Amino acid sequence: MIRVENLTKLFGTKRAVDGISFSVERGEVLGFLGPNGAGKSTTMRMITGFIPPTDGKVKVGGFDMVENPIPAKRLIGYLPENAPAYTDMTVSGFLGFAAEIRGLRGEAKKKAIHRAVEMCFLENVLHQSVETLSKGYRHRTCFAQSIIHDPDVLVLDEPTDGLDPNQKHEVRGLIKRMGEKKAIIFSTHILEEVDAACSRAIIIDRGKIVANGTPQELRKKSEWAGAVTLRVKGVAGAAVSSKLYQVPLVNRVTVVEEKDGRVTVSVFPKPSEAGANGEFARAVGEAAHGWHIEQLQIEEGRLDEVFRSITMPDTAQEVKK
Amino acid sequence: MSTTFGNIQAIAKRELTGFFASPVAYVFIVIFLLLCGAFTFLFGGFFERDQASLAAFFMWHPWFYLFLVPAVGMRLWSEERRQGTIELLLTMPITSSQAILGKFFASWAFLLLALALTFPVWITVNYLGSPDNGVIICTYLGSALMAGAYLSIACMTSAMTRNQVVAFIVSVVICLVLVLGGVPRVKEFFDAINLPWLGSLAAGMSVMTHFDAFQRGVIDFRDLVFFGSLIGLALFTTGVILRSHRTG
Repeated sequence: MIRVENLTKLFGTKRAVDGISFSVERGEVLGFLGPNGAGKSTTMRMITGFIPPTDGKVKVGGFDMVENPIPAKRLIGYLPENAPAYTDMTVSGFLGFAAEIRGLRGEAKKKAIHRAVEMCFLENVLHQSVETLSKGYRHRTCFAQSIIHDPDVLVLDEPTDGLDPNQKHEVRGLIKRMGEKKAIIFSTHILEEVDAACSRAIIIDRGKIVANGTPQELRKKSEWAGAVTLRVKGVAGAAVSSKLYQVPLVNRVTVVEEKDGRVTVSVFPKPSEAGANGEFARAVGEAAHGWHIEQLQIEEGRLDEVFRSITMPDTAQEVKK
Repeated sequence: MSTTFGNIQAIAKRELTGFFASPVAYVFIVIFLLLCGAFTFLFGGFFERDQASLAAFFMWHPWFYLFLVPAVGMRLWSEERRQGTIELLLTMPITSSQAILGKFFASWAFLLLALALTFPVWITVNYLGSPDNGVIICTYLGSALMAGAYLSIACMTSAMTRNQVVAFIVSVVICLVLVLGGVPRVKEFFDAINLPWLGSLAAGMSVMTHFDAFQRGVIDFRDLVFFGSLIGLALFTTGVILRSHRTG
C-alpha cells in the first residue's frame, strides 16, 4: 500500500531524511522509531503529501504522491504531530467538516461520524468546543478525524503522545485491531508500544534507516538477548563472577547487586552466540552447579538497549571499553 | 468538477462556522455599521448636501475597509499555520487552490453580509427623496469588489506569517498604497516633480480611481478587469507563498 523509494529531504544543506526506502502492506503495522530530530515527522509529512520530497518517490496505493496527489491522499488518514484541530469548532462540527472534505454527505456522513466517535470515546464531548478540551480529548478528536473515512492507509505521528496510561492502552489496542485490515505507520519513542502494536519496526537515525525487522528480530540484536541473570545465596560476588567467566562463549559478567549474602549477576554471551541461547543458559547452569540458586532467568533482549546502541554508536563504544 | 465545488463549499462552510463561533464576526459587523452610520450622518454631511444620493455613505468605504478587511483576512492562513491545522488541511484530498478559494469566498461572503446590513441607509434615502437607485446598486457592486480586492491582499499577507498582527499591518500598508495612488494630492505631487506619468500610473493602479467610476453609476469593463485581476493575482501569490513554505 505504501511504497517509499530513496526518499530524501534537504532543509538548506541539512539532510533531514537521507535516502529512505521501505514499504508497508495491508495488514502490517509499522513502528517508526528514532530519537528526536531523526527525521520521523519529516518522512511522514512527505508520505502524506504535506511537504514535497527533495528526491525519491512516495507511492500510496499505486498513486504517486507528487504527480497524482488527490487519489493518493484519499486513501490516507493522517494524525499529525501534536494533533492539531480547529479550536473554533465543536467536536461534531470538526468531524463533520472532515467527513465532508472526504466526500461524505447525508446519511453516510452521519454514520461515519458516529463510528469514529464510538471508536475514540468522544460521546461526552461531542458538542463541546475543541478549545475547551483536555489534551487527551483533543488528541482523540484529531485521531477520530483521521479514521473518519475508514482509510486503507493510516499515518500516525506519535498517536499516544499526551495520553494517560489507560488511554495509551486503548489507542494501542485500536491500532492493533485496525492493523489487521489496513496498512499503518506510526511513530513513537515509547518502545513498549512496538511490542504492543507493531508487526514490524524501523529505527531511523540522522535521516537513515539503521534497523528494520520484527520486534523479535530487533531484540536479538541486543546484548541482552540470551543473557542469563541469576541470584545465588552464600557465595561471594568475586567468586561467582570468576567462575562464570570460565563458561564457554561468555562475553562479560556483571555483578548487579550484592547484599545480605546474596549475589545477583548477569552473564552475557558473545554477540554471535546470541541465537543459541538455550545452550548458553545450560552452560551457565552447569557452572553454577553446587551453588544455592534462588533465581535464574533467561533474558529475551531489550529493545531500549538496542535502540540506544544503534542510535548512539559513539557512546555505545565508550561503554564497551 | 462537482467535487471541486463540494470541496470549496466544505472549506467555506468550515470557515464561516469558525468565524461565527467567535465574537470577531459580531464585533466586526457592529463596528462597521456604527462607523458607516456615524461617518455618513456626522462627517459626510448627508443632510447638508441636500441631495438624494448615498455619496456621503460610500465615500468612506475605501477608508473603513482599509482597517476592517485586513482584520477579517489576517487570520485566514496565519491561524492555520500557528495551530498546525494547515498540516491537516493540505493533506486532505483537496488542491491548495480549492482551500484558498474556499477561505476567500467565505470571508468575502461575510463582508458582503456586513455590507448588506447597511440597507437602512438605502431605505432612508429612498424615504426622504427619490435617488437614482441604479447608481446606488452600481456603487454597492463597486464596494463589494473593492472589499474583495482588499480581502485578497489580506489573504496573501496572512499566508506570509504565522503572526496575525504582522499580517494585519503588512496588508494595511499594501492597501493604503493602493488607496493613496488615487488621492489628488499624490497626482499633484508627481506633476510638481515633473513625473506626471508616474502619477497616472499610481492613479491607474489605485482602487480609489476604479471605485469612483462605480460611484458615478458606470460599470466599466476595465474596472471589473482591474478588481478581478487584482484578486486573481493576490490569490495566486497566496498559493505560491503556501507552496514555498512547504518546500522549505
